[in-house]
Amino acid sequence: MYSNIVIEHFTNPRNVGVIEDADGYGKVESSVCGDMMELYIKVRDGKIVDVKYRTFGCAAAIASSSIASEMIKGQPIEVVAELSDEKITEALGGLPEAKIHCSILAASALRAALEDYFSKHPEERPEDF
Amino acid sequence: MASRFIYLDHAATTPVDPRVVEAMLPYFEEKFGNPSSIHRAGGEARAAVEKARQTVAELLGAKPSEIIFTSCGTESDNLALRGVAFALKGRGNHIITTPIEHHAIGHTCEQLAKEFGMEITYLPVDSFGLVDPDDVARAITERTVLISIMYANNEVGTIEPIAEIGKIAREKGILFHTDAVQAGGHLPLNVDKLHVDLLSLSGHKFYAPKGVGILYVREGTPLLPIQTGGGQERHLRAGTENVPYIVGLAKALQLAYEEMESEVARLRSLRDRLIQGVLERIPDAQLTGHPTQRLPNNASFVFKGIDGEAILMQLDLAGVAASTGSACSSGESTPSHVLLAMGIDPLLARSSLRLTLGRRNTSEDVEFVLAILPQIVEKLRAISPAYT
Repeated sequence: MYSNIVIEHFTNPRNVGVIEDADGYGKVESSVCGDMMELYIKVRDGKIVDVKYRTFGCAAAIASSSIASEMIKGQPIEVVAELSDEKITEALGGLPEAKIHCSILAASALRAALEDYFSKHPEERPEDF
Repeated sequence: MASRFIYLDHAATTPVDPRVVEAMLPYFEEKFGNPSSIHRAGGEARAAVEKARQTVAELLGAKPSEIIFTSCGTESDNLALRGVAFALKGRGNHIITTPIEHHAIGHTCEQLAKEFGMEITYLPVDSFGLVDPDDVARAITERTVLISIMYANNEVGTIEPIAEIGKIAREKGILFHTDAVQAGGHLPLNVDKLHVDLLSLSGHKFYAPKGVGILYVREGTPLLPIQTGGGQERHLRAGTENVPYIVGLAKALQLAYEEMESEVARLRSLRDRLIQGVLERIPDAQLTGHPTQRLPNNASFVFKGIDGEAILMQLDLAGVAASTGSACSSGESTPSHVLLAMGIDPLLARSSLRLTLGRRNTSEDVEFVLAILPQIVEKLRAISPAYT
């Protein structure tokens, strides 16, 4: 049912936790299944220097969160702003059709955290965000 | 990947018993005749089917002519509901059932309501999933044609007061069907003691193969066939009889009865150890279903703050096959209709886990699960924003 990458991230999720003094915070809930994810980012000099999250959901939701956290850590914020759910699904080696919404959850949580950050730092907001 | 394999999903299906396989084998190549054929090969197959019918009838306390072989529990449920509803459409259009039935009943009732103008009353259940027989009596109207209530619930294992409900139905002259699919092999199924007019069973829940079931139909019960053709099964279920599977099903039911007393006691003791261990070792764990009035092999729980499928996946990686309990396996994580009907909060209902024991399980299996499950729950809760 799941790819080896999904299983690996589900078994050993990276970057789990909370950041008390986060620069950006987003919390989203899936309308499809009630999955929940909260994401914290720390930004320095236009880069995501730290990321933490907590996820309530199935294996696919947890794996999506984990791989997304790896994909954004250390990356410039304008690159991170373009991370889509498709890219998360692709990085996981694909997801079953019924689980695609799990990668959307991770992408939405990231978007919410970025939105929080840009609302405090409007000068850093990319034009198309 | 773990080489260990502990199967704790016997409510989903069971392995075929080797003695059942042995009983079936002659009917594939050697005695392959069509029971409707006049020649000797046909007669041989006919004799096997009728012997199986006789065996099943004796075990159920029924007449052989009251046993209809079907392809599965779902077909039996459909034949019972549609068969009675269509046969009695001139008399009434009301069916009484519960919100915790298997989808074979639930979705059939929904269609009967939507497409055929039937009115369905869904009786309430309490927090254990129990139906109150008084509610059954109160729900009966002049238009009621059928009451259908499951013997034991597939998700939480709660056993319904079928004999008591049956008495009420009998007094009021209303036909009574029970989906006994989960009870098969675990509970006595005497149709007179249960006061049922129709009873569904599925072979693969008691160590027969998938693809064969039974509908008991009390003599005189009006029933319109949903599958017409060659007139097999007293014109109630047309189609060439699945001879080897029917033989296997009868053998499996016979074995289940022979071993029921000792096996039920053994399973009950394993189940109680499992329940006690889980509740002791895992904080905020809650048993679902009735604490005592439940199937001997069913231990089902909810674990606040985490997702049942995630627990199941972790167990699977450790070599333990379990279920979330809900019939939905397609990944649309809609909370279980059974747990919701029992008044369990939708978020909590998502954290369900069902462990169902069977013949090959040992106390070592139970101890292994008790050793790994607390860590799995703890780990998932540490990741979850929903556990506080």
